[in-house]
Amino acid sequence: MIDTSWLKISKSGLYIVPAKAHIDPVRSVNTAIITHGHADHARAGHKHVIATPQTLEIMAVRYGANFAEQKTAVKYNQKIQLAGVNLTLIPAGHVLGSAQIAMEYADTKIIAAGDYKRKSDPTCAPFQVEKCDVFITEATFGLPVFSHPTPEAEIQKLLEVQQLFPERSVIIGAYSLGKAQRIIALLRAAGYEDTIFIHGAMKKLCELYVSFGIELGSLQTTPIGRIDNQQISLANKFILAPPSAMGTKWAQRLCDPLVVSASGWMQVRQRAKQGGVELPLVISDHADWNDILRTIKEVEASEVWVTHGREDAIIHACTQMGLAAKALSLIGYEDESE
Amino acid sequence: MKIFADLLHSLLYAPQRLVKQAYLVEFIKNTPDPDRGYALSALTGELSIQGVKAGLIRKIAYQKCDPVLFDLSYDFVGDLAETTALIWPNTTRQVSGIRISDIISKLKTANRIDAGTLVQEWLDQLPESQRWALLKLLTGGLRVGVSARMVRLALAQSYQIDVNEIEQIWPLIEPPYLELFNWLDGKADKPDAAGRAVFRPMMLAHPLLESEIAEMDFASFQAEWKWDGARIQLVSGSDGVRIFSRSGDDISGTFPEIAKPLSWHGVIDGELLAGNPNKIGSFQQLQLRLNRKKPSVKMISETPVFMRVYDILFDNNIDVREHPLEYRREVLEAQMKTGLKTCYLDLSPILADASLANLQTWRQQCRAGGLIEGVMLKNKTSSYQAGRIKGSWFKWKRDPLTADLVILYAQRGHGKRSSFFSDFTLGAWGEGSEYDAQTLLPVAKAYSGFTDDELKKLDKFVRENIIQKFGPVREVEKTLVVEIAFDSVQYSKRHKSGIATRFPRFKAIRWDKPARDANSISDLIAMIDI
Repeated sequence: MIDTSWLKISKSGLYIVPAKAHIDPVRSVNTAIITHGHADHARAGHKHVIATPQTLEIMAVRYGANFAEQKTAVKYNQKIQLAGVNLTLIPAGHVLGSAQIAMEYADTKIIAAGDYKRKSDPTCAPFQVEKCDVFITEATFGLPVFSHPTPEAEIQKLLEVQQLFPERSVIIGAYSLGKAQRIIALLRAAGYEDTIFIHGAMKKLCELYVSFGIELGSLQTTPIGRIDNQQISLANKFILAPPSAMGTKWAQRLCDPLVVSASGWMQVRQRAKQGGVELPLVISDHADWNDILRTIKEVEASEVWVTHGREDAIIHACTQMGLAAKALSLIGYEDESE
Repeated sequence: MKIFADLLHSLLYAPQRLVKQAYLVEFIKNTPDPDRGYALSALTGELSIQGVKAGLIRKIAYQKCDPVLFDLSYDFVGDLAETTALIWPNTTRQVSGIRISDIISKLKTANRIDAGTLVQEWLDQLPESQRWALLKLLTGGLRVGVSARMVRLALAQSYQIDVNEIEQIWPLIEPPYLELFNWLDGKADKPDAAGRAVFRPMMLAHPLLESEIAEMDFASFQAEWKWDGARIQLVSGSDGVRIFSRSGDDISGTFPEIAKPLSWHGVIDGELLAGNPNKIGSFQQLQLRLNRKKPSVKMISETPVFMRVYDILFDNNIDVREHPLEYRREVLEAQMKTGLKTCYLDLSPILADASLANLQTWRQQCRAGGLIEGVMLKNKTSSYQAGRIKGSWFKWKRDPLTADLVILYAQRGHGKRSSFFSDFTLGAWGEGSEYDAQTLLPVAKAYSGFTDDELKKLDKFVRENIIQKFGPVREVEKTLVVEIAFDSVQYSKRHKSGIATRFPRFKAIRWDKPARDANSISDLIAMIDI
């Protein structure tokens, strides 16, 4: 008989009762176990933070070196104990340092997968399948319309438009953590060796990736307000910027920019259109429909809990597979952006 | 199908009109007949494929995948064709070289069951982008930001001719427009409209803006009431009389009592109204008729209609469109006494003494009576041209009514709004209805009038205040008041509240106003036109 009474939902998020610790809490707490460095999961203001060394470094870049009174770095697959609860952080394949949290207590093993993906990504450790009794999954792309193509094929489109419009600069909207570095690494893997320009907000995170041994090649920051044709011609170059910078003066300074957006949402045409995107790339750091269902099967859990996203469809599919499934309806995690 | 899918993809993501037009020109130049004509007719909305409707697509999608998952996906994507294209599994049986013309000719001869099988077969054979293009072609409503006008502009540009020539010919041709292309390619004579009962593009009015009033020389304008009916064009030719709607649809079958042969041949423009010239019926009565493709004898006698005529385009086959309005009016008045003298045609009167002061009064007074939306102002020297022509015709509507209502339910929009809760059901307090004064009863559904920025805020409000889900509908906390503008209020047996508002739209979001202070049913009943 599995016993899940020791893992509860509080206002701050998932709460491991005996360990008095929260997973990705949305408010300040005493002990926080953080799955990965994206801002809606890794918030500032906790007293004690437990995470992978990479995630702790990412948080230090974002919130300053003193973002918590106590920091516990736990390497992948290293076992630790917290008030009788066995904890292991397992690679989740989402971004650098991202981890699934495996918890064992009262003869029951629960895995909170956090955000995860199964498609290839040269910038982080691949998702590791680990059997458990209860699997807690996200459902950002939890609808059968989401079937992400291989990222390598999508990157080819970037190289094609660059050849097609040699006079235009190609500006790619991508999250500063994870997506940006993944696109750079994919471009490098596709044989692109020229300097890639990045928005200032991405500089430190790119440097951090390099310090963890991820090759990104020649990068150059594009200074705000100083782009004009006399200084540096950015025609026929790739420029990466966070989605928030796309509509700003910074982007307007570029000459005839071709706006690219890389996200799982780009599969829905009218959504892509809405953002003023000229070239949508379906490159996602989340699992698509088939990968979520495949993962649920592979971990052989008898119960599935769904944190955020399109939970209705995943729960329906689990029920069809004969698995117990429920929505946790956690709030505070952004489900519309990646 | 690949060329068409590529065209749709390019058009959808092209940021500017001119770029879209350039893609169209390329397509017109490089695509053979009849495929190009069929593709263009899908863009102009003129392609109609019998037997393949949304219902059929949904049915075959349900057979292919779990209906629950399909519905959840459709609710999220907001577009039937796109949902089906995305959810359809890729097979290993993919083939290339399926042409639009093959698809259309096969469907033309297929019955409904065969059509379903054919569509399934094609979906199995095409990759996702072409599945999407195929389904868009079949269901219409392409939503790629291309108007029929833009297609005609692209045709004119492709062949270096004046777009007006294309406009004139357009009503004569049907998909795949071989008559047009044969003429453009120098293989045939120009299609000729003379004597044929075909639709001629209508002249439209600009709304009169407050800022323009001071500059208006009212003496040079002819003033008429703006009738609250349906704009129609009556065309009488050697092949009979046909009635066309504003968009050029042949609605002769809907109004057989008007589409009766006349000895006079020509084209007139006017408003279709319910009732008879002495006693005009309500717009609701007219709607009963508009919704019926083939009315019964009983319906025709119980809900008669007539045409209030205000312009003439052809008189006994002579084109008078280039003549000034004053001249056309004289011709029309003369014909109304002779060739057009029947009981179902009457003349829209000219309002004498159309000074600014009088116009202002008439505009506001016209609410009593309810069948007049405001006044029309038409430049006496204007010729009859297709579309909205600057400085020629103006509509000056009465001010809308307004009420403060509470948001009750929200639903995701469609197309490019599919990620936002943009369709709202709004309620008024029950006082004055047969329900409790403390309950909110739905009285309007509104999905326009807000800015993009306001839409984002409304969407956020909905997400943070959901209390229940009913399929795609979200019930929200009854706290947000919005000021809604609408054209009129009518009694309605179909609605729980007993009333219905016409063309409700957002005027302002009243973040400050407590729900308690919103209007009641009795406030709205007081606004019903006499």
